[in-house]
Amino acid sequence: MPITSRTLRREDPLMASVTPLKTAAELALIAQGASVPALRQPAFERFATAGLPHRRIEAYHYTDLRALLKDAPPLAKAGAVVSGASLWDGLDAFVVAIIDGHATWAQSDELVGISINLKSDAPDDGLAADSVFPTEGDPIVALNAAFVDQTLHLAVAGGAVIDKPIHLRCVTTGAVSAYGRVVVEIADGAKLTLVETHEGAKGGLANSVVEVVVGDDVHFDHVRVNLADPQATLLTTLGGRMGARSTVTSGNFVTGSALSRHQVFLRFEGEGSNATISGASLLKDRQHVDTTLVVDHAVPECVSREHFAHVLDGEATGVFQGKIIVRPHAQQTDGKMMSRAVLLADGATMNNKPELEIFADDVQCGHGATVGALDDDLLFYLRARGLPKPEAEALMLQAFVGEALEMIPQEGVRETLEALTETWLKARG
Amino acid sequence: MLEIRNLHVAIEDGSKKILNGLDLTIHNGEVAAIMGPNGSGKSTLSYVIAGKPDYEILDGEILLDGENLLDMEPDARAAAGVFLAFQYPLEIPGVATMTFLKAAMNAQSRARGEGELKTPDFMRRVKMGADKLGIPQEMLRRGLNVGFSGGEKKRMEILQMALLEPSIAILDETDSGLDIDALKIVSEGVNALRSADRSFLVITHYQRLLNYIVPDTVHVMSKGRIVKTGGKALALELEANGYADYVSNVAA
Repeated sequence: MPITSRTLRREDPLMASVTPLKTAAELALIAQGASVPALRQPAFERFATAGLPHRRIEAYHYTDLRALLKDAPPLAKAGAVVSGASLWDGLDAFVVAIIDGHATWAQSDELVGISINLKSDAPDDGLAADSVFPTEGDPIVALNAAFVDQTLHLAVAGGAVIDKPIHLRCVTTGAVSAYGRVVVEIADGAKLTLVETHEGAKGGLANSVVEVVVGDDVHFDHVRVNLADPQATLLTTLGGRMGARSTVTSGNFVTGSALSRHQVFLRFEGEGSNATISGASLLKDRQHVDTTLVVDHAVPECVSREHFAHVLDGEATGVFQGKIIVRPHAQQTDGKMMSRAVLLADGATMNNKPELEIFADDVQCGHGATVGALDDDLLFYLRARGLPKPEAEALMLQAFVGEALEMIPQEGVRETLEALTETWLKARG
Repeated sequence: MLEIRNLHVAIEDGSKKILNGLDLTIHNGEVAAIMGPNGSGKSTLSYVIAGKPDYEILDGEILLDGENLLDMEPDARAAAGVFLAFQYPLEIPGVATMTFLKAAMNAQSRARGEGELKTPDFMRRVKMGADKLGIPQEMLRRGLNVGFSGGEKKRMEILQMALLEPSIAILDETDSGLDIDALKIVSEGVNALRSADRSFLVITHYQRLLNYIVPDTVHVMSKGRIVKTGGKALALELEANGYADYVSNVAA
């Protein structure tokens, strides 16, 4: 008798021990795994055994990749070129183009205090003792570790102040799967700004991982901007650990992609450091955008601030998962996390999952999450002053998004993101 | 000229009727005061004229220079010359007061088919208006009404009124929460704007405000209607005797 898919549904308790059917995307990924070289086979094997994460895996409950990822397009080949200006014209930066996961950059005299190299070693897949990724393993990071061809290494020398931002212009050129990996090491006393922009093509799947090792007395600012095609998939991860007395900011801005997940794993390993992590997502149609954050206070006397804003129109879905962990000896930790969402349409959905895991007794930690419509009384106040409804709404939304953008320290970057916000609001009409 | 005829209004779900056949005419250049006890419908009247969406208009019309305001969106009413100074002005964090003022003035100019203001002209007009009301420049850079005291918020309402140059300005309990000095500043601001082609509707509980903003007519409102109309002496009479006579008149 032929086995129907219904009898194999995982919900069926009688069939719980039966291996689930692989989805089309999983089968495609497994077929692609044949080309994975030996040193990356362990990462691939782990993926192949577990399959894509689904809603019964807690960290993926609201972003069920097994259901959402319809297919895995063919692996990208090296050598694609991109013509045309970056969507980020106004930024005076040193550009490293990462085309389908392969990095190119111009030789330049400007690169004083920073070295840029390509390596083909096996990347961190979460198993190393000093991994910046969750030790229980993250499927997106494991997939990335299995499929990347090369690792871009940026090393900033001790005390070096890199004035010009490094702009990682990440482009997926077509309906291909592109895996990129960047390792950033910032030695004691150095200063660096890193801006990642992501331009994905229709039907493309990009999985990009950035690892950052921050020394003592470092100032590191990071921004990730998702402007991918509305039919692209974008999975990005930032993993970092910080030494003592350092400052890290990381801002995330999303208007692009059909399906996207941005993960931030940040661990405090030296006392007296502070981190500010923010995000603004403006979503419409059937976009599904996830931001997942784990901030690990492993040592005392560190400060973290997290603020995320979602504007959801149409049938869009937003996901925010934020966890602050305070380890047993991390006294005097000060952590505050806020997630706010505005729903502009009946079909829009927001899933908020803020968590605090506190094992120390002398800490100040808090979190808040709000979901609501625009305030009618405020809207009336603005309209009573002559602002037509769309203009009044746009002004309120700009202010709402501005709260998150304000946490990005570079004025030029912030202004560009404010302009992108205005463009999005105008297109909404 | 503002003409309100036979206005019947309920709150949106229709459960409670608030205005019951209200008639009121305010001529150009006239300052009309409405006084009345709590719950008589004064604030509702101001919101209905400005176009707040929470009400259901059961009958009647509100004409501004012959145009029916009830057919217009709130922003179109503002462009047509209606201004409501709110009893409780709202705070808008993240929108700088200057940005808001410019957006409002330009939106009204556009709606009237006039050109937008040039930035230097705009800055000059705001500075002049703010100086007259004792509003420091620093307040204009802050988020609209964010962290302002009650008196500062009311002054900001009057500044908006001065800049937007309405033909009918409604002051909804502008005196509430003001100390005597702030009351004087706000009243002077209003008096400076009195002119032959601008009318005012001043809503208040207390006669005190009318010592500073002297009305041409005084109307007593009770249970959603105007029950008595007179000159400024009527306000003094109300101060002495209270509303009891008028309230019981209607009940009977």
